[in-house]
Amino acid sequence: MDALQNLGVWASVLLAVVWSALPIVFILLYALVTLYMEMKVAAHMQDRLAYMRTGWHGTLQPFADILKLLQKEDTISVAADKKLFMLAPYVVFVGTYGAFSTIPFTSLYIGSNIDLGAFFIVAVSSLVVVGILMGGWASNNKWSIFGAMRSAAQMVSYEIPTALAILIAVMITGSLNLQEVTKFQEGGIQNWVVFGGPLPLTQKLLLIPFTLVTFLILFIASLAEVNRTPFDLPEAESELVQGFNTEYSGMRFAMFYLAEYANMFLVAAVAVSLFLGGWASPFGSFMSGPVWGLFWFVGKGMVLVFLQIWIRWTLPRLRVDQLMYTSWKVLTPFLFVCIFAVGIILVL
Amino acid sequence: MIESKTLPTSYVTQPGEIRTSSGKTLHTDEMIINMGPQHPSTHGVLRLEIVVDGEIIVDVIPHIGYLHRCFEKHAEHMTNYQQVLPYADRMDYVAAMNMEHGYALAVERMMKIEVPERVEYIRVIMAELQRIASHLIAVGTFGIDAGAFTPFLYAFHDREHILDLYEMTCGARLLYNYIWIGGVSHDLPPQFIDKAKEFCTYFKPRIKQFNDLLTFNEIFVKRCANVGVLPKDVAINYACSGPMLRASGVNWDLRRDDPYSVYNRFEWEPQVGKGEMGTVGDTWDRHIVRMREMEQSVRIIEQALAGIPPGNVQAAIPKRIRPEAGEIYARTETPRGELGYYVISDGSTTPFRVKARSPAFVNLSVLPEISRGAMIADLVLIAGSVDIVLGEVDR
Amino acid sequence: MNAVRGYFRNIWLALSTVAIGMKITFKHLFVPAVTVQYPDVKMKLPERARNRLYVNIDDCIGCDQCSMACPVDCIIIETIKSTPDQDLGTTSTGHKKKLHVPRFDIDIAKCCYCGLCVYPCPTECIVMTDVYEFSEFDRHNLIYNYSIMTPQEIEMATEKLKKAEEEAAAKKAAAAAAKAALTAAAQPSALPTTGGTAAQNPKPTGPAPDSSQQPGNS
Repeated sequence: MDALQNLGVWASVLLAVVWSALPIVFILLYALVTLYMEMKVAAHMQDRLAYMRTGWHGTLQPFADILKLLQKEDTISVAADKKLFMLAPYVVFVGTYGAFSTIPFTSLYIGSNIDLGAFFIVAVSSLVVVGILMGGWASNNKWSIFGAMRSAAQMVSYEIPTALAILIAVMITGSLNLQEVTKFQEGGIQNWVVFGGPLPLTQKLLLIPFTLVTFLILFIASLAEVNRTPFDLPEAESELVQGFNTEYSGMRFAMFYLAEYANMFLVAAVAVSLFLGGWASPFGSFMSGPVWGLFWFVGKGMVLVFLQIWIRWTLPRLRVDQLMYTSWKVLTPFLFVCIFAVGIILVL
Repeated sequence: MIESKTLPTSYVTQPGEIRTSSGKTLHTDEMIINMGPQHPSTHGVLRLEIVVDGEIIVDVIPHIGYLHRCFEKHAEHMTNYQQVLPYADRMDYVAAMNMEHGYALAVERMMKIEVPERVEYIRVIMAELQRIASHLIAVGTFGIDAGAFTPFLYAFHDREHILDLYEMTCGARLLYNYIWIGGVSHDLPPQFIDKAKEFCTYFKPRIKQFNDLLTFNEIFVKRCANVGVLPKDVAINYACSGPMLRASGVNWDLRRDDPYSVYNRFEWEPQVGKGEMGTVGDTWDRHIVRMREMEQSVRIIEQALAGIPPGNVQAAIPKRIRPEAGEIYARTETPRGELGYYVISDGSTTPFRVKARSPAFVNLSVLPEISRGAMIADLVLIAGSVDIVLGEVDR
Repeated sequence: MNAVRGYFRNIWLALSTVAIGMKITFKHLFVPAVTVQYPDVKMKLPERARNRLYVNIDDCIGCDQCSMACPVDCIIIETIKSTPDQDLGTTSTGHKKKLHVPRFDIDIAKCCYCGLCVYPCPTECIVMTDVYEFSEFDRHNLIYNYSIMTPQEIEMATEKLKKAEEEAAAKKAAAAAAKAALTAAAQPSALPTTGGTAAQNPKPTGPAPDSSQQPGNS
């Protein structure tokens, strides 16, 4: 970016805006595809067809959904706290989108190449909790408050396993910067961190069980971060109507929805970058390069998103105390053991 | 420690009245929440007024009556006993055959009619198929209450086959008007027995698949075990019946203990809850009792299909139904429990009084007792495990 | 020790049952969907299907059995007796028709599709078809009028019946007057009798009882 200082203030501002808006374009396209994919995958798992009438096999349905949400009446209940109510969806979205800035989509593109990448992600995505609490409280509805409280407790508890799992990956690769981590895993599927990383064979074989467990725990914790079944208490439809979402309609609801899908991809992207090689091709130098990198990155991310959808439509929901038990008494102790073991193995 | 187990004197919360079980004015901790008539989870129009302390329930007060359609009053104004049958169907629309069976049994006993054997076998087959269909709805919606959306659709897919069998026989899929006083309205069509046998072979692995997907799933087990425990003595004191009673360990099934029709000719076992995954009488026990009852129903159907005798199904239908003056109480085992019809006749062609003892109504009355101390997420499961159908509760 | 073993067993059970469940849903991804895409594809109903009612009014003898059997009172029938000189023909089942049916209304919105009206019909003229797509925009279009008598025919029939009844009443009055004149003329000097033997004073009768008269004419 130093060469561009010569271009002048306005041009560089424009360039910065365009550079940082690229992920939003990606998110919008991705949201349309994922909306469609979720409904179709859910339907075929249940032996039924989903949308068939809007467009060929329902491919235009996401557009129809968005148009419908856009033209809905914007209702704010009289007793609601107006400012917080209106601000909440945007806070949630900002919390998610901010973290997109340090995700390397390809070798040439990373929003902001700071050395704090992974730490920044964990910190900024906590804004989502604030947004949900705002939304639940400002709705002035007992069911919303229930949903918001549960969600806050859940997200805060699952930050610990997430952070610890990220720490393990960072220990192996030696950098918090996700671009560096991905470059570290270049050269083929055997170099991915989930299979031990590009280390000498003995160390690698010792590391593999721990990295596999860590990846599994990261995936489970990320399900809880995104409020997906089996951890979807805040939106438990059959219990709380819509949880903290109850009073929202129209575009604000669409914002929450978009933020949830963006969050899904965010946690998938973090897991992919740290453990599954990011934009690096699994075949080493075959099919690699900046454009292929984007393909691999998005492809791996979508595989993880498909896994999230698959789990959602299979499993029942955990109760609040069972959720807390899982986080504090199962995931965190296992991760402590993994950190200890990985630390020893790396020192050997 | 919140004590006081006395019931409130009135079931309607007066305006300005604050209701807590301890009788004190409202603590800052306790909250009254309305799980209103419109709620994605209460099965039908049921209003639950819940007093919560944080997430722990202190009291639950069910308010019913939103689906009251005056079945008993209608029955008094029909021109003959036969016309009451479509109304009896519509009480518990999910298990209509069993409703009709109970009523037909009551009137036949009053008139001392002996129905042909073929009719009895057909009635048993239809009642057991209906039991499977009703339990499929119960376990499917129970899965949705727990958060699993997929088993519900698998259950409904299986139910479609049963409804197709019914449509082939009497023309209707949900409200049949099939079991008449003295017989049945149509004889079985020629392809019925083969299709029913096909269904039985198809259905047995589906029960296993359902169990793998939902019943033995550890998350589901952890949600349901030790929740909503209904002790044996409480169940008996509250007159619970059906799977609720059997899940609490009481081995009582009207088909065996007060036999009617030809149930005593078949080999089958009433299923009793054993507390495999938690306490005896918790929601998991009720769920597994329903799943196992479906297997037993398949057993009965197969035996009945093998042994059905030929005959004329309309031979015993009386031209004019005019019982002598008197009264009778006849009870049958529906998927929800003991359904009783108390019929009073005054010697004319119109019934004087028909009272239906609805099992879901009586089972629902135990809800406050078993949900004290549970969490709201549990209350949804407990209400789902009672398996109420509001049409029957309100009649 | 048991607690530790229980802890690990829980974790193992959780993972294994989740995996079994996921395998089932994954397998179902490749099962063809069972949805029937109505209205492009319509399933064929079995022959006993009970949907919309149909009345073949040519076969109706106006006996009112279906109307009495209906539990929700959705069939309304009005009949006019026919005079002996009218020939309404026979139904396809061989019954002789003795009643005009000027009104045969079924309110299909009230109908509960129980089929109780089908069984008592002696000529099997009311049947349940397999038509289920008959929704209307206006509720009043759901009252089906099956009678085919024009207003002129109805008026003619009513007139004929009235005339026949008047004639019969006049005949009866004339017969009674003649009887009274006869008794008065036949016994000028005899003691006036209040009664008379049954042979002399036969009990007055109304119109000849018709065997096809059914209750429920309204």
